[in-house]
Amino acid sequence: MTKKLLEMNNQTDVQQLICQGSWTLANLNQLKKDYDQINWNNLKTIAIDGNAIYKMDTSGAWILQKILKQLNQQQTKFNLAHFHNEHLLLLKMIAAQETHLKEIPQPKRFNWLHRLGQRSYDQLQFIQAFLAFIGELSLIALRVIRNPRAIRWRLLLNIIETSGYQALPIIALLSFMIGVVLTYQMGLQLRTYGANIFIVDLLGFSVFREFGPLLTAIIIAGRTGSAFAAQIGTMVLNEEVDALRTLGIAPAELLVLPKLFGLIIVMPLLSMWANLFGLLGGMLMAKGMLGVTFYDFFERFAQVVSARSLWIGLIKTPIFALLIASIGCFQGMQVSGGADSVGRHTTRSVVQITFCIIITDALFSILFTRLGL
Amino acid sequence: MNEPIIELKHIKNYLGNSWVHNDLNLSVTRGEILAIVGGSGAGKSTLLRTMLMLQTPTAGTIKVFGQEITPNSTTALHYLHQHSGVLFQHNALFSSFTLLENVAFPLKEHTQLTQQTINQLALLKILAAGLTVEDANKYPAELSGGMQKRAALARAIALDPELLFLDEPTAGLDPQSAAAFDELVLNLQKTLELTIVMVTHDIDTLWQVTNRVAFLGEGRVLAIAPIAELVTINNPLLQAYFTGPRGRAIEKIYSGKKN
Repeated sequence: MTKKLLEMNNQTDVQQLICQGSWTLANLNQLKKDYDQINWNNLKTIAIDGNAIYKMDTSGAWILQKILKQLNQQQTKFNLAHFHNEHLLLLKMIAAQETHLKEIPQPKRFNWLHRLGQRSYDQLQFIQAFLAFIGELSLIALRVIRNPRAIRWRLLLNIIETSGYQALPIIALLSFMIGVVLTYQMGLQLRTYGANIFIVDLLGFSVFREFGPLLTAIIIAGRTGSAFAAQIGTMVLNEEVDALRTLGIAPAELLVLPKLFGLIIVMPLLSMWANLFGLLGGMLMAKGMLGVTFYDFFERFAQVVSARSLWIGLIKTPIFALLIASIGCFQGMQVSGGADSVGRHTTRSVVQITFCIIITDALFSILFTRLGL
Repeated sequence: MNEPIIELKHIKNYLGNSWVHNDLNLSVTRGEILAIVGGSGAGKSTLLRTMLMLQTPTAGTIKVFGQEITPNSTTALHYLHQHSGVLFQHNALFSSFTLLENVAFPLKEHTQLTQQTINQLALLKILAAGLTVEDANKYPAELSGGMQKRAALARAIALDPELLFLDEPTAGLDPQSAAAFDELVLNLQKTLELTIVMVTHDIDTLWQVTNRVAFLGEGRVLAIAPIAELVTINNPLLQAYFTGPRGRAIEKIYSGKKN
């Protein structure tokens, strides 16, 4: 049984409260337990003896202050005896601060109507800010295009390397897999009708028109769009973006335009690359599963899949590039506060980019159907 | 109480293709306020990081609280980190926490107290650092530079450490806030019986708060003495540091006051 840190001694003629041991944070729970065990009622005068406290920190002093406050309230007379000087000093400091202690003001809570209004207003503000960003970007882009010497070639090439060249392996692998999966699923159906050779038509159209460009866009959104947001966001926090402004350089020109142009160049190329590997995966699967030889595959491919399908797929990609770069960079620019905000805006950038890409793709589908393409 | 609380022996640090520390020896006595000064790049912050084992020295031994500290001595390191507080140069407040949560965080992690008790203790620390209860629910980004320093100090003393490390505590503060911060540190040191190791460039702070000052140069401690003595030492590096126009002006004020 450990010694009590706080004990009432009723043996002497004046009741004595004995404080002893280490009154520190580590013992605070024990101290509170001892405090609760003492019957604080019916006390007239007590002497509080602190001679045996060999160590006290703020938490210990806080408990002592609590005791003194309680004794004061129930009008018990007390005197502090044999306390060490430094402990008294600490007690004085805590007592002084305790007077300032009060309930933390809770932030106001609003009803659902208020919150809905706030959300709507925020969304409107967001749309306005995005439009302003696009406007500024367009103006700068027009200025730069008229004067090609102002294009920052190094940055542009850097983007082409990091977002394009370095993404080749992952895009190749994933589109190959998609090609395999598509062929497998469609092949199961075709085989029942003995229509094995039609796998070429299905694969050619679906990869060229949809899967190649869409898959590329989604990979680049996750890989590059988020990186843009995080990079620019961190620069905003570090006041680097403000520094650029004060140096008379528009941040959009240095940070956004090269990314935008770089992606516009890279996206069609990457889509083409994805098309190739998607077809390759499908072709291998067609041979293994459906018995369509490479020769048959190519012959049929040349007959049925027109170059138009390829163009219809590729024409969408610069639009996707525009979406990825502008939303990624815009979310980066919206960062404020701390590290938390960088994470939030990075997430938001990927979600919004993916959302916009799929919506745009659907719109394109409708448009092409109307045009009879 | 003259036992050393920190002992550095033959510390060597090799960083960025040069020897930042080369055979550095230093011991900090319990209960004192020691300042580490030296020109830019003299390795002051590196030394602080080395003491906290945020950075492993290339060679040499470090003893804190009488135990030798190495990257693998988990118990000694755990003891060190529970019994010391650090005020980082850029405050390093957690930006996604409010002020109260920042100060309560070490208490929450290292004690088994109830949330209410933790909040009370954290509030006391916030008040002790010279902030108000109204600030408790603010996020670090909403606090001014001086308030952030105080908030970081409140977090550093949250666990009632025996040892407090301050990295440029008054940098970026206006003279009035800096003086108030010096006073605050002195007060806390007295009431909480702290040992304080600080890195500073503020010559006012050196005169106001420190017991001893260690001057770093050429990779080692060139001199260690109370500031009044230190300024009289005849070494070209020290003289260059202290006899610039700023150093001389301040020295005149304080040495005049003492006579």
